[in-house]
Amino acid sequence: MRTPLTTVTGAMAVLPETNVNTDAIIPSAWLRSAKADLARGLFGARRFDDAGRERPDFVLNQGPFRSAKILLTGENFGCGSSREAAVWALARFGIRCVLAPSFADIFYENAFRNGVLAGVVDEATRAALAAAVDRHRDAPVFTVDLPGTAIVGPDGDRHTFMVPPHRAGMLIRGDDEIDLTLRHLDAIERHLAKAKLERDWLHDASTDTRQYP
Amino acid sequence: MTPDHKTSEHKTADPSVTGPRSLFDRIWDAHVVKRLEDDRDLVFVDRHVLQETTSAQAFEGLARAGRRVMHPELTVATQDHIVSTLPGRDEGTNPGGTELLGLMRANTAAHGIRHFGVDDRRQGIVHVMAHETGFALPGCLLTCGDSHTSTVGGLGAIGLGVGTSEVEHVLATQTLAITRPRNMRVTFDGALGRGISAKDIILHMIGQLGVAAGRGCAVEYAGPAIRALPIEARLTICNMSIEFGARLGLIAPDDATFAYVRGREFTPTGAAFDRAVAEWRDLVTDPDARFDRDFTIDCRQVAPQVTWGTSPQDVAGVDVAVPDPAQFADHRRRDLAAAALSYMGLEPGTPLEGIPIDVAFIGSCTNGRLSDLEAAAAVARGKRVAPNVRALVVPGSMSVKREAEALGLHRIFENAGFEWRDAGCSMCVSINEDVVAPGARCIATSNRNFENRQGLRSRTHLASPAMVAAAAIAGRITDVRKEMTA
Ligand code: SF4
Repeated sequence: MRTPLTTVTGAMAVLPETNVNTDAIIPSAWLRSAKADLARGLFGARRFDDAGRERPDFVLNQGPFRSAKILLTGENFGCGSSREAAVWALARFGIRCVLAPSFADIFYENAFRNGVLAGVVDEATRAALAAAVDRHRDAPVFTVDLPGTAIVGPDGDRHTFMVPPHRAGMLIRGDDEIDLTLRHLDAIERHLAKAKLERDWLHDASTDTRQYP
Repeated sequence: MTPDHKTSEHKTADPSVTGPRSLFDRIWDAHVVKRLEDDRDLVFVDRHVLQETTSAQAFEGLARAGRRVMHPELTVATQDHIVSTLPGRDEGTNPGGTELLGLMRANTAAHGIRHFGVDDRRQGIVHVMAHETGFALPGCLLTCGDSHTSTVGGLGAIGLGVGTSEVEHVLATQTLAITRPRNMRVTFDGALGRGISAKDIILHMIGQLGVAAGRGCAVEYAGPAIRALPIEARLTICNMSIEFGARLGLIAPDDATFAYVRGREFTPTGAAFDRAVAEWRDLVTDPDARFDRDFTIDCRQVAPQVTWGTSPQDVAGVDVAVPDPAQFADHRRRDLAAAALSYMGLEPGTPLEGIPIDVAFIGSCTNGRLSDLEAAAAVARGKRVAPNVRALVVPGSMSVKREAEALGLHRIFENAGFEWRDAGCSMCVSINEDVVAPGARCIATSNRNFENRQGLRSRTHLASPAMVAAAAIAGRITDVRKEMTA
């Protein structure tokens, strides 16, 4: 069980670029230790200069966006490296929901497995949300309602996002993927037993630990 | 993952669909343990490879939940990302790496997983070690907590790069719960010109199709130009699949593949090998199989490629100039190109040929194999690296290093002034001590030219091994075809 997620309420930060890669989300400098401060590492190279000082022009260093809970961004978010630390960094910073017209595949999987909602918005919604953030730069507070697949803006304006129902369900219940899979243990072992019979070359003839140190 | 993606997910995942199948369909279907009620497939993982920077938290998760590794015999581990590449290095040579390296050693020992660490002859980059040991085989499904796992597609294997939670999931269940990718095909027509390598045609393709073209897809590379490629070049092609967003890349295995696989440590022998080959011969795409996306690339006119920006799609032939961002019709692409040029310190209209470089890096899971080093050595033989250029050759594995030394390649590189290092990811990701200085310009055989990838404010130009060797010698980006006539 992980912490269930039903709504996310807070400031929405906008990063308008497309193809934001995971090297940008969490630069490799923060991957050198299992105990690195990932919240600080989020967009590290863009948030801080070489001396570790904040760059005032970056959105997460500005006013209410310093404690953003939602990130609105462009197509193909999270492309590049498979590093799951990209999602951990978002979550540790406090961002539990990313909205974009599309996501890179591995990032998308990683997000849900860590209780972060990756919601797909169409281009018109993305533009409308960005405009709403612009109008309310002092208090850009939105609520993402997962069961209702709705985003409610500061003016009470409602928008929708897309999420496959099973993924929404897993977040809402706080399901653990491994527990779910282990329910199919019999089918997994049956598959392996059959493979060993039909394809010994893939199993006992090549992976037996007794054959190789 | 776009809405249209979802609808076709349903279509292709329908178990009742029979009829013509792609190479990908054949391998995938053989691995489906169960179709989950939620449009995903639970697939069996035949082979699992671990590297030190994406597995520590996975083992931590197992311990927290009190779970064991279900099939340790189906997993191997190595140390590649954060190891020092200083010749004769050990786990302590790069002090910044000792924590993760120590965790890898301890975790694998505790769970009975084979570990090819820096003290082992088989140590190397995961995507080099996996196939050269015969651990990855045609027709198998392999996962690794690293995006370039697609590399083994060059043998006709499904390689899926996953995140750390999924590493934990594979360790605990030997399966992945995953959306079935859609079928995409890219046909490479024509023959490669002189001085043109697999790296050039795949970079050219990414430039043509863009970095998101493959999202959600299993991409089969086909056509006469692919058939003609030796196995290591096919691995290079499949390696770069992730650079245009694909889930995995595949090339149908053939006699060249079987010859490559035979005789490796984990490869089955004797009658078991013959049974394997008989099955591998069926790993083909039916002539009338359907592809959700189908593209053709003409290889005839492809020049040596070099990137000018901060995304692999920012690429051009070495014989043209840095583009003017104004030429891009799409305003977002225009803005990105302008930002990329400012980061790279380049003016529109500057010929790519002639741009001075500070560092030349030959290595990585894209181009760190023996044939890559041979191509670079052919250019470097009898020459000298330009003054003020730091040039490194980092073999993809210690086996590659030994094979290269047996051929005397290390002498060619050392005599020319290249550093000849031990195996690892090195300057591809720069999380060990091999870092490009702020503002410095590096031409590299690796696969990513993102901002800060090779070190804070590093500037990266991606190219083939021969192009990088030629640039190291000239001190500037140069057309390797001219070196070859010289
Ligand atoms: S060489 Fe580079 S791309 Fe390949 S596994 Fe290592 S870090 Fe990743």
